Amino acid sequence: MCKHACGMIRIMKDFIYNLKKFRFLFWELVKKDIKLKYRSSVLGVFWTLLEPLLTMIVLTLVFSNLLGKGDDNFPVYILCGRLLYSFFSNGTKVALKSVRKHGSMIGKVYVPKYMYPLSAVVSNYIMFVISLVVLAGVMIFERVPITVYLLQAFIPMIIILIMTMGVGLILATYDVFFRDLEYLWTVFLMLIMYTCAIFYKVDNLKTAANEMIFKCNPLYSLITMFRDAVFGRSIMSDPYHFWFSLCFSLGVFLIGILVFWRKQDKFILYV
Amino acid sequence: MRWKKEYKKEYKKECMEDNNSMENPVLNSKPVPSVETSAGIAETAVPAVLDITESSAVSVPLTPAAEVPVKKKKKKKKKLPPKVIVVENLGVKFRIQEQKVDSLKEYFVRLVKRKLNYKEFWALKEVNLSIRKGDRVGILGLNGAGKSTLLKCIAGVLKPSEGSVTVKGNIVPLLELGAGFDKDYTGAENIFFYGSMLGYSKAFIKERFNEIVEFSELGSFINVPVKNYSSGMKARLGFSIATIVEPEILILDEVLSVGDAKFRKKSSKKLTKMMKKGVTVLFVSHSSEQVLANCNKAIILEHGHIVASGKAEKICAQYEEMIGVKE
Repeated sequence: MCKHACGMIRIMKDFIYNLKKFRFLFWELVKKDIKLKYRSSVLGVFWTLLEPLLTMIVLTLVFSNLLGKGDDNFPVYILCGRLLYSFFSNGTKVALKSVRKHGSMIGKVYVPKYMYPLSAVVSNYIMFVISLVVLAGVMIFERVPITVYLLQAFIPMIIILIMTMGVGLILATYDVFFRDLEYLWTVFLMLIMYTCAIFYKVDNLKTAANEMIFKCNPLYSLITMFRDAVFGRSIMSDPYHFWFSLCFSLGVFLIGILVFWRKQDKFILYV
Repeated sequence: MRWKKEYKKEYKKECMEDNNSMENPVLNSKPVPSVETSAGIAETAVPAVLDITESSAVSVPLTPAAEVPVKKKKKKKKKLPPKVIVVENLGVKFRIQEQKVDSLKEYFVRLVKRKLNYKEFWALKEVNLSIRKGDRVGILGLNGAGKSTLLKCIAGVLKPSEGSVTVKGNIVPLLELGAGFDKDYTGAENIFFYGSMLGYSKAFIKERFNEIVEFSELGSFINVPVKNYSSGMKARLGFSIATIVEPEILILDEVLSVGDAKFRKKSSKKLTKMMKKGVTVLFVSHSSEQVLANCNKAIILEHGHIVASGKAEKICAQYEEMIGVKE
């Protein structure tokens, strides 16, 4: 028992020491992702804003007559879902490849390996936060009233960060051993996208079976909460969304840390 | 190699007591059984325990014996520099998949009886080594002898399957210079990126930035993406970044041959300067000449075992003999 405790303390000590030593590396990795993403493009970082705006316009044009009937704020509705979903999908995709991408370095210099997936998620998160400017612009343009409830939007934003990190850690770990995961995950992301209600309203297709599907999707819960905050409602109007997404995210994050921590010494043999 | 286990403990004790007085303490201490290497040389074997001490006159060109702070230990009669690297009973096991699986059916068949598919392979086995501060140790061996695996374990990159590695002090690995660069980044950005990878702080890199650029002789190329660099330029930049700190332990994996003749001279001058300051060096090479020129101690690895250890000259001679026989 005592031995076990000593071991844990030593691990924590090493962890903190390494965190201090390599915190500059973490931000360098984040910076590198952002800098290089748009380096060769003409508009550069403006694409962070332009891309969601253009997608929103396309989706609005296609779907507003079909599924969003009679709603003036449909573009804002779409943009909320689209921003959160694209952060989750980009974040997990980049995290998934991160360990393999830095494979050559893993075999040469000692660096805490969790830096790779986590920095990938954080760099995507920063781009996500920047792209919220578009949302603000569209909200003003569409004359969505700005209320105190908007401040609550940071709660789903924090939960989604934890969730993406957790999922990213798990994916990064297993992708090292099982390369097919990359393609499987792309398909799975599509499934998540269609059950997120990004470009349609759930009320329009309410049946008991459908509702179950939405209730199983934590990302849907997060998007709903985010929309509630944007449209001036309390995010706790349906507490289920809050508790479910929070518990799911924390659980996934813990599992992610455990899985990654247990497998990280084997990475070098497979990358 | 069975004798190893039996004698190991005794050797250790003797080595611990004192071995400065004898030329090769370990050799003199026991009637050492001969080892039959696969090539069939009957060498007098030196046991796997290598306790290298900072001993007297070694005729190495670049070595005024380093003056290092000596830790006092009550029980010891002579002052020895502290051990900075201790490798105990190290073993590294790899699993090799014997056949490539190319059909899904075969994959599932193999999944069920997975264990049969792998062949175990020990890249290192029962390696014991302790290196004191200021030693410059050459690691000799043929391809696949486990040299790089040993270095990876010491660098903390590879976790050993058994045994332990204890390292005191910061390590700078000079392996495949420039491997950590991002090709889309410019040289200047890579200085920060690669530097952070080696664990330097931002303030430190900023402070030394000019020094790095100057030493690398890249001039205006520093603002060009690394993908447009020649391999020599990359190596120069990598060398300049890695050696900007004064490391306590330096790992050199056949890097002394980088760049053009001019830079080679400059870099070996810098390394020599470091060695004089009492840096512990681990130097991997196939060439006994290089080891002789740079090291005061050496070991020979063969099939994952240490087959010989001791002073550089002696070991190099033995190594040449070994190669000669094999040819």
